[in-house]
Amino acid sequence: MKEQFTISIYTENLIGLLHRITTIFTRRHSNIESINASESEVSGIHRYTVVITEEERKVKNIVKQIEKQIDVFKAFYHPNKNIVYQEIALYKMPTNILSQTREVEQIVRKHHARLLAVEPEFTIIEKTGFKEETQALFEQLKPHGILEFVRSGRISISKPMKEFQDYFLEVEKASKL
Amino acid sequence: MESTKLKKPQSVKTTITGAEALVRCLIAENVDTMFGYPGGAIMPVYDALYHYENEIKHIMTRHEQGASHAAQGYARISGKVGVCMATSGPGATNLITGLADAQLDSTPLVCITGQVSSKMIGSDAFQETDIVSISMPVTKWNIQITKAKDIPEAIAKAFYIARSGKPGPVLIDITKDAQFETFEFEYEPCLHIRSYIPNPQVDPKAIALAARVIDSAKKPLILFGHGILLANAKQEFKDFVEKSGAPAAWTIMGLSALDTDHPQNVGMLGMHGNYAPNIMTNECDVLVAIGMRFDDRVTGDVSRYAKQAKIIHLEIDPAEVNKNVGVDVPVLGNCKESLTQLTEAITKKSYPEWNDRAAQLTARENEMVIEDELFPPEEDKITMGEVIRHISDISRGTAVIVTDVGQHQMVTQRYYNYKEWKSNVTSGGLGTMGFALPAAIGAKFAAPHRQVIAVIGDGGFQMTIQELGTIFQTKIDVKILILNNEFLGMVRQWQDLFFEKRYSSVDMINPDFQMIAKGYGITAEKVTERADLEKAIHRFLSSEGSYLLEVLVGKENNVFPMIPTGASVSEIRLS
Repeated sequence: MKEQFTISIYTENLIGLLHRITTIFTRRHSNIESINASESEVSGIHRYTVVITEEERKVKNIVKQIEKQIDVFKAFYHPNKNIVYQEIALYKMPTNILSQTREVEQIVRKHHARLLAVEPEFTIIEKTGFKEETQALFEQLKPHGILEFVRSGRISISKPMKEFQDYFLEVEKASKL
Repeated sequence: MESTKLKKPQSVKTTITGAEALVRCLIAENVDTMFGYPGGAIMPVYDALYHYENEIKHIMTRHEQGASHAAQGYARISGKVGVCMATSGPGATNLITGLADAQLDSTPLVCITGQVSSKMIGSDAFQETDIVSISMPVTKWNIQITKAKDIPEAIAKAFYIARSGKPGPVLIDITKDAQFETFEFEYEPCLHIRSYIPNPQVDPKAIALAARVIDSAKKPLILFGHGILLANAKQEFKDFVEKSGAPAAWTIMGLSALDTDHPQNVGMLGMHGNYAPNIMTNECDVLVAIGMRFDDRVTGDVSRYAKQAKIIHLEIDPAEVNKNVGVDVPVLGNCKESLTQLTEAITKKSYPEWNDRAAQLTARENEMVIEDELFPPEEDKITMGEVIRHISDISRGTAVIVTDVGQHQMVTQRYYNYKEWKSNVTSGGLGTMGFALPAAIGAKFAAPHRQVIAVIGDGGFQMTIQELGTIFQTKIDVKILILNNEFLGMVRQWQDLFFEKRYSSVDMINPDFQMIAKGYGITAEKVTERADLEKAIHRFLSSEGSYLLEVLVGKENNVFPMIPTGASVSEIRLS
């Protein structure tokens, strides 16, 4: 049975490595739903967060193929119940809509979104949450004329306490022997 | 793999160009032979090589694909890292088939490509191609270098990565300005990469469990692959086989890890393998797979593969465990270490009834297939099998046999009586037609004192036939056997069996191979009659220097046994 999984990949910060990793998904005809790259808790080590919907068996194999890459330290995969995750969405609206009616303001309040920037011509609304939540806000704002919309890739933190740092310390210790 | 003893690092810093630094890095990594083809973006390196021709022999092939396969043949026989070099653009893209082949067959290669100057990158410059992106899926690691000072570290890493763990190909792309730039050269070999664990520690618990499972077996079967050859575990494997008492069967990449006529060797696995090991795969109670990866050509339909058996898998690469076939006892690690521990942990046994089963199945195959292939009736055309029987007898099973891809490959591997460790060079995973001729050149440079015989079909020969020029120029002694059935035989066989004999684009109108060989100064001979065969093979094998022997064989002979695609190993057909 297919299920949504989040894969966290810890790597060296090198040109081309993202391409090497994404081709592992492409080759297996696995669609990347979202991807995010950032620095991790360990200085100099990068962390990619990839979301896919696949059977666990296939995810396991993909994770092993990712770990097989020389410049990858470790990859973990988790079902949604084992992680805390968020996405951020930005919505660009015409400012006159906000000034003409109270409706948009009420929608923003109801969704616990906030105004990030207000310019004479446009206003930027920001909403952080699950995809369903940012999408729900999108649907409500849509009739009022959204000029631009963007949603970030998922970022996630796993619930289990032993993860990359412990692994990294073990490797560091081993390499100093 | 090769010894990690490296030549003393340069202690005195000297200011040299990136190109010269590259050559000195290769010398420090004990490279004395490499294969390649020059061109614009790699010219500074070729200029540097000119100064070091006493230290490094550069073999110019006739095509970059030839250079990559020659480097593979060299690596497979020498156990060292094979090195090849090409220019940017088409030179680099021509290496791709060799890289893909080396990636699937775990062959250690370092490939160096020239690249346009760093200022020109991305401008669609002459002979510019993004070889790093193109080669990513077919390399174990690759990198582009744009500064001379980064060359030594990249080369050191490249050799370490290529030969360690599960070996594989590495590509280093060096811009032309980095080759010209000067810097203070210093070389430190790479001994460790913090994100890479090449040799997982053998877990004593896994060994204990594997030993318990093996000891409780009534019908164990050993499957052995390339991993044993790569780990140099000749004695360790033989000891294990003999103490276990179990029948042992090989994948084509594992061939020659155990003598063909070893009493426990029950033959070849898979699609055109022997009858006994395929049938026994679905009858055994314990399967001990060592250094092999359950390729689909070995397993047939995986959903009906050894379901009754407990599977033990000795493997160096964690990504291979549970990839194709579910495993009960994975034993991670280099099999040289895991086999030593496992042999110590198991009880010495023998399985007379189970071995009788193997003998009985082998007798059936002998009667249905082998007898007629090796000793065909007088009125029949020459068979590939009888040619290989003579080659095997006359060379006493000691030659390095390099095969191309197709019917002749299956027949050669089935019927040559391999008596020497590391004697089989073939394209297993990728199935690259055109592999054999250049790979045989590489194998000969790796083992000048061994007889090297390339066995090739009439189709594959014409894919890299230009490498006859390399043989001509270097004057090396490679014996070339062309088994000519005037067809793309394996494709024709499939059209015969599964496409109602609709022979679509498989008949070959061939040139005069003898005349072509003679053009390259290579003695050549053609045999069409059985009466002339044996003497011709004597002349072929005892000749001084290269020799091409073309044998006209039966046009529509099929290779059996055969497991059709999608069938289970137990559905192997004898006719």
